[in-house]
Amino acid sequence: MKHTLVARVADQPGVLNRVASLFRRRAFNIESLTVGHTETSELSRMTIVVDTARVPAHIVAANLRKLVPVMDVTDVTHMPTVDRDLALIRVRCRPAERAELASLVEIFRGRIVDVADKSVIVEVTGDEEKVGGLVELLRPRGILEMVRTGKVAMLRGAAATAPPAS
Amino acid sequence: MQRTGAQIVWECLVREGVTTVFGYPGGAILPTYDAMLDYPIRHVLVRHEQGAAHMADGYARASGKVGVAIATSGPGATNLTTGIATAMLDSSPTVFITGQVSSKVLGTDAFQETDVTGITLPITKHNALVTDVRHLARTLREAFVIARTGRPGPVLVDVCKDAQQAKTEFHWPESVHLPGLLQPRPPTEDELARAAELIERAERPLVLAGAGVIRSGATQALLDFVDRTGAPVALTLLGIGGFPQSHPLCLGMMGMHGEAFVNRAIQHADLLLAFGMRFDDRVTGNLKSYALHAKKIHVEIDASEVGKNVRVDVALVSDLLTALEALTPKLSARRHEAWLAELDEWRADTRSRDILHREHNGRLLAPHVLHDLWTATGGDAVVVTDVGQHQMWEAQYYKHERPRTLITSGGLGTMGFALPAAIGAKLARPEAEVWVVAGDGGFQMTQCELATLQQEKLDVKIAVVNNGFLGMVRQWQEFFHDRRYAATPMLSPDFVALAGAYGIPAHRVTRRADVVPRVQEARARAGPVLIEFQVEQEDSVYPMVPAGGDLGAMIRRPAEEEVQA
Repeated sequence: MKHTLVARVADQPGVLNRVASLFRRRAFNIESLTVGHTETSELSRMTIVVDTARVPAHIVAANLRKLVPVMDVTDVTHMPTVDRDLALIRVRCRPAERAELASLVEIFRGRIVDVADKSVIVEVTGDEEKVGGLVELLRPRGILEMVRTGKVAMLRGAAATAPPAS
Repeated sequence: MQRTGAQIVWECLVREGVTTVFGYPGGAILPTYDAMLDYPIRHVLVRHEQGAAHMADGYARASGKVGVAIATSGPGATNLTTGIATAMLDSSPTVFITGQVSSKVLGTDAFQETDVTGITLPITKHNALVTDVRHLARTLREAFVIARTGRPGPVLVDVCKDAQQAKTEFHWPESVHLPGLLQPRPPTEDELARAAELIERAERPLVLAGAGVIRSGATQALLDFVDRTGAPVALTLLGIGGFPQSHPLCLGMMGMHGEAFVNRAIQHADLLLAFGMRFDDRVTGNLKSYALHAKKIHVEIDASEVGKNVRVDVALVSDLLTALEALTPKLSARRHEAWLAELDEWRADTRSRDILHREHNGRLLAPHVLHDLWTATGGDAVVVTDVGQHQMWEAQYYKHERPRTLITSGGLGTMGFALPAAIGAKLARPEAEVWVVAGDGGFQMTQCELATLQQEKLDVKIAVVNNGFLGMVRQWQEFFHDRRYAATPMLSPDFVALAGAYGIPAHRVTRRADVVPRVQEARARAGPVLIEFQVEQEDSVYPMVPAGGDLGAMIRRPAEEEVQA
């Protein structure tokens, strides 16, 4: 099964390398890993989707937590979250098909952000399932290129995903 | 006050209470060596940086204090790595300081440049590269705090040469800001209550005591726990010394070369109390058949060890001493007469197969050497072993009574560990009688440190158990590879002459009758002595759980076995 872990880490050189090295040497299987800035300048936030078929999520989380620059780790898999994945998809599309494609993409709250002679770039944001759904619909038309950011997640409601660093 | 980075290194070490460091100079660490002469710290010049790492590790294991080793960039640093990994696997609090090329040429493949923080990333608890002298004091302070906090481990600080040469205002931070560093927490009332309930219900409890007992100084707390609960104690290799082996409830070592009755006890227990141990494959054997009848309570400082190999019923993620002091008062006094009677019965069978109770026909067997070393030293020496058959025989036949008296590489199983680690141990505890016990193979890996021993004028006694083979590998070849002795017969130098070349008195022993007299002679003499024991070549360590085999099905020493001539 897939688990989603949110880790808050010190924003310093080499942290991503430490996390990647840990996953490599412990043979943990990363599905996706995103990292970016947070509300605090000293902290970055990682959202890590990990395949826990071989190693349970709490062991992965405990190993992450042992890295000195990792402040805290929350397993949000079974918590109510807002999660988002962003995809840019270059799809084969003749000029005559654009309007129809635009209306299809619209259903997924996506949009066409670039147009070329025989293709367009579609941008879509949503949970992974929704993004995956659009990708499957576009696939028969011919996906020429695609990039997905991987998932980011935040707890719903007033609860913070992680306690403030002490 | 303005200080160079080189001076700051020593200012920090002095403030951390460091009195001894182990190292080897070179270009990129030269400024730091130059500054060393002005500070009250003893530097031990090693003959190979691996030795420096093992010495720092041995120093830490013998004393509980942080051990420190220093090396230059490139090959100096890479030579440390075996020792760093050894310290990592056995959670030894150590700090390694390496010189690095100037920050201006980092990444250019400059002379003796290696990505040391990259190389050591997976074998350190933490590491850091210092390119700016202003960060040096804080980084070193943090290194010591990280090395000894929670589950201890090695920390490496790589210092660029220009950062050693540059000057800055020196300020030693009393406290550090490390919000991500795991601090041990006490067990919760709920955890304690659930553990207590399992203990109260148990009829066949068994404590599995590991290195955590020694690391957390929990020997007395464990004695109190055992006194209250009446639970017998089995030891891991690294747990030896954590609980006195003369105690009536001490069963001895468990695992691959543990006593058969101890492993049988694990398989028949209804409650395992795993105290500061991590269910390593060498103690569990096949996990699918491991202790199936037992509930398990795991007291372990590192949350990532809980449930890693064995599913447990209650986990106390806590420092062991804190946990036991909170837990024991909650328990009622118990005795488990029926369980202990059963264990005694099994123990009798083990005893009858023990090589000590067999005819030996005057031939010298390694178990006899270890047994006689134990009696001759009154069981009171600090024994530092290498890795292999002699290590297991030491664990079986030298009965340790006190913590930090057996120093051995468990997790990594590093041959060549003994001699340098013993030098570190002796410097940590000058008053202790320190013995190296090494095989002919491992000893040759780091025998160059005999020169260090002499240069430092240290009183370390050395027992080389020479069977002319890489014995443990030979044993596996005998058991599992049809006696095809690929690359295990080994020619050794004349160890007596070798020691003589270093100015160390030495003797060769080939008969059992000479063991104790030679050991006593060595003990009576100040300074190092080497004794080579030429033992039976093809003896094996019994009993044995084959790797991945069931703990309950050990290869036993045949009941009427004659050792192969």
